[in-house]
Amino acid sequence: MTTPRTMYEKIWADHVVRDGGGTEPDLLYIDLHLVHEVTSPQAFESLDLTGRAVRRPDLTLATIDHGVPTTGRELGIQDPLSKKQIDTLVANCEKHGIELYDINDVRQGIVHVIGPEQGITQPGMTIVCGDSHTSTHGAFGALAFGIGTSEVEHVLATQTLPQTRPKSMAVNVDGELPLGVTAKDIILGIISRIGVAGGTGYVIEYRGSTIEALSMAGRMTICNMSIEGGARAGMIAPDATTFEYLEGRNYAPTGEAWAEALDYWKSIRTDDGATFDVAVDIDAADLAPYVSWGTNPAQTVAVTEAVPDPAEFSDPLERDAAERALVYMDLKAGTPITDITVDRIFLGSCTNGRIEDLRAAAAIIDGNTVASNVHAMVVPGSGLVKLQAEEEGLDVVFKNAGFEWRDAGCSMCLGMNPDILLPGERAASTSNRNFEGRQGRNGRTHLVSPEMAAAAAVAGHFVDVREWS
Amino acid sequence: MEPISVITGQMAPLPRANVDTDAIIPKQFLKRVERSGFGPFLFYEWAYDEEGELIPDFILNQADYAAAEVLVSGPNFGSGSSREHAPWSIQDRGFKAVIAPSFADIFYNNCVNIGLLPVVLTDVEVAKLTEIADDPDNQVTIDLEEQKVTTIGFEAEFPIDPFAKHRLANGLDNIALTLQHADAIDGFERRRPVYKPALG
Repeated sequence: MTTPRTMYEKIWADHVVRDGGGTEPDLLYIDLHLVHEVTSPQAFESLDLTGRAVRRPDLTLATIDHGVPTTGRELGIQDPLSKKQIDTLVANCEKHGIELYDINDVRQGIVHVIGPEQGITQPGMTIVCGDSHTSTHGAFGALAFGIGTSEVEHVLATQTLPQTRPKSMAVNVDGELPLGVTAKDIILGIISRIGVAGGTGYVIEYRGSTIEALSMAGRMTICNMSIEGGARAGMIAPDATTFEYLEGRNYAPTGEAWAEALDYWKSIRTDDGATFDVAVDIDAADLAPYVSWGTNPAQTVAVTEAVPDPAEFSDPLERDAAERALVYMDLKAGTPITDITVDRIFLGSCTNGRIEDLRAAAAIIDGNTVASNVHAMVVPGSGLVKLQAEEEGLDVVFKNAGFEWRDAGCSMCLGMNPDILLPGERAASTSNRNFEGRQGRNGRTHLVSPEMAAAAAVAGHFVDVREWS
Repeated sequence: MEPISVITGQMAPLPRANVDTDAIIPKQFLKRVERSGFGPFLFYEWAYDEEGELIPDFILNQADYAAAEVLVSGPNFGSGSSREHAPWSIQDRGFKAVIAPSFADIFYNNCVNIGLLPVVLTDVEVAKLTEIADDPDNQVTIDLEEQKVTTIGFEAEFPIDPFAKHRLANGLDNIALTLQHADAIDGFERRRPVYKPALG
């Protein structure tokens, strides 16, 4: 009888090229390396300087997402620095034989949207990218994590990474999800409980009946924000939902290979009796639609609550952080969340830029109009998401309501392209980070679900989507 | 990367929790394709106002701290994105080490990979160092071999993974180390299942 193992332990063991024997890191094989324009140029340059080749261009996929404009693409990229960065990626991919979804390719989009969409994100894989939201791919039962540029270079050169084994954390969410509570609210609820560093040093496995009932889109939203709780990777066991999503996609195996893959994918689930270093239990009935009020994703309360008083925080650094956050966010303790008015709505990002997110928001928007004080935009996660939405007529719903309908990219999630908040502007955003300056200098970000963002767009302030009619 | 043995220099105190990578190097400076030159943009939005004018109160703008080589900050330092531009900008500004009660995982790895020494001390020790750093004349010494931080009336040991220490102490190129195991990589690739996806 072998010792019961967690999914993460199994995937790790299956990718050890060289066992470090406890004194050195293990050398892990990387099944897929996703590349984008911002964190790769220095890696390619260093590769060239040392005369090293890309070991496996066939396990490397590139796209442009962080710096691309989401309007007026026919005019080309106006920002000379972004243009140079994108041109550099194009040249590097050509030189090294790496497939690139360029600006004119309908498959172009956010790196964490396109991998699953193409079916190249699969269970049991190791996936890395020079982007912290690589944890998204863990939704398929893959071990996926963000890396820095030195590590990007390392993977390009060797298709491996030396890694010290993190600890494991189980986050169990059980019960039926209350109406109006979404995957985004589950992860915001988790982060507000464990804190922004609660997952540091851990790989999280999200488990339980609530998680199992989620679509792949919902699972991706949850795994995506693992890093906001400090965990480099978050994962969910593959099941019938996963297999159904994958079957027939571009890079999914077919025929005999599909059967063989399926056997393996079913074998990687955490064994009964396997132990995690830490476990957190959450009752789905305790979750509500959340709105972040501060400048980190753990500074979040239910929409029915009020902005907290910093004096309530016992830890002096947390109290100081809350005080700073209220000043930055221009909020007063005790203000009901539903009294907070918004200027901008951003619907998109690798957290909530998939077709399911757009459908959910459109259902709320349909027949309504964006409030006169609000500027709202939709940025689909990929060119294919945009196309699908247009086939379903969602673009018309959004445009009729007064939303701008944009091209795919990271956009206002981090504002590396022209889509930024102006100083003092307040946004309801479906993205993942509400750090100071994240969406634009002195811009104020409130993290919410697509449904909550849509309702705020119409009302002009936050509303409890559970009371929306 | 330069080998590290003993770092002696001035401290700059930045006693805040969860200093994130967007604060360390805001996104508008991530468009450069070079690895160097990020130093002037370190903590840009704390260091410069909306008109681009220097904010004199900010610790790194104070003449007394202009030569600081050791940054002392709060828990969960470097949280957020994987951008290596964050440790690059700290290093480019002249810092050789960052001391904090805890670091975000990716940021910590990035530091080790570029030879910027991340030093974990307890909350109490960091608070004490922050006080000592209030006098800019006080220098700190970090001995990597001994894993020890010392300054006036202060001595503390810090933990570090032995392999990370070995690499930092010798300035070793990780890729060269891995390529010593090229045979193992070849062997692993021969055993990879056929159903694993590939492009092209």
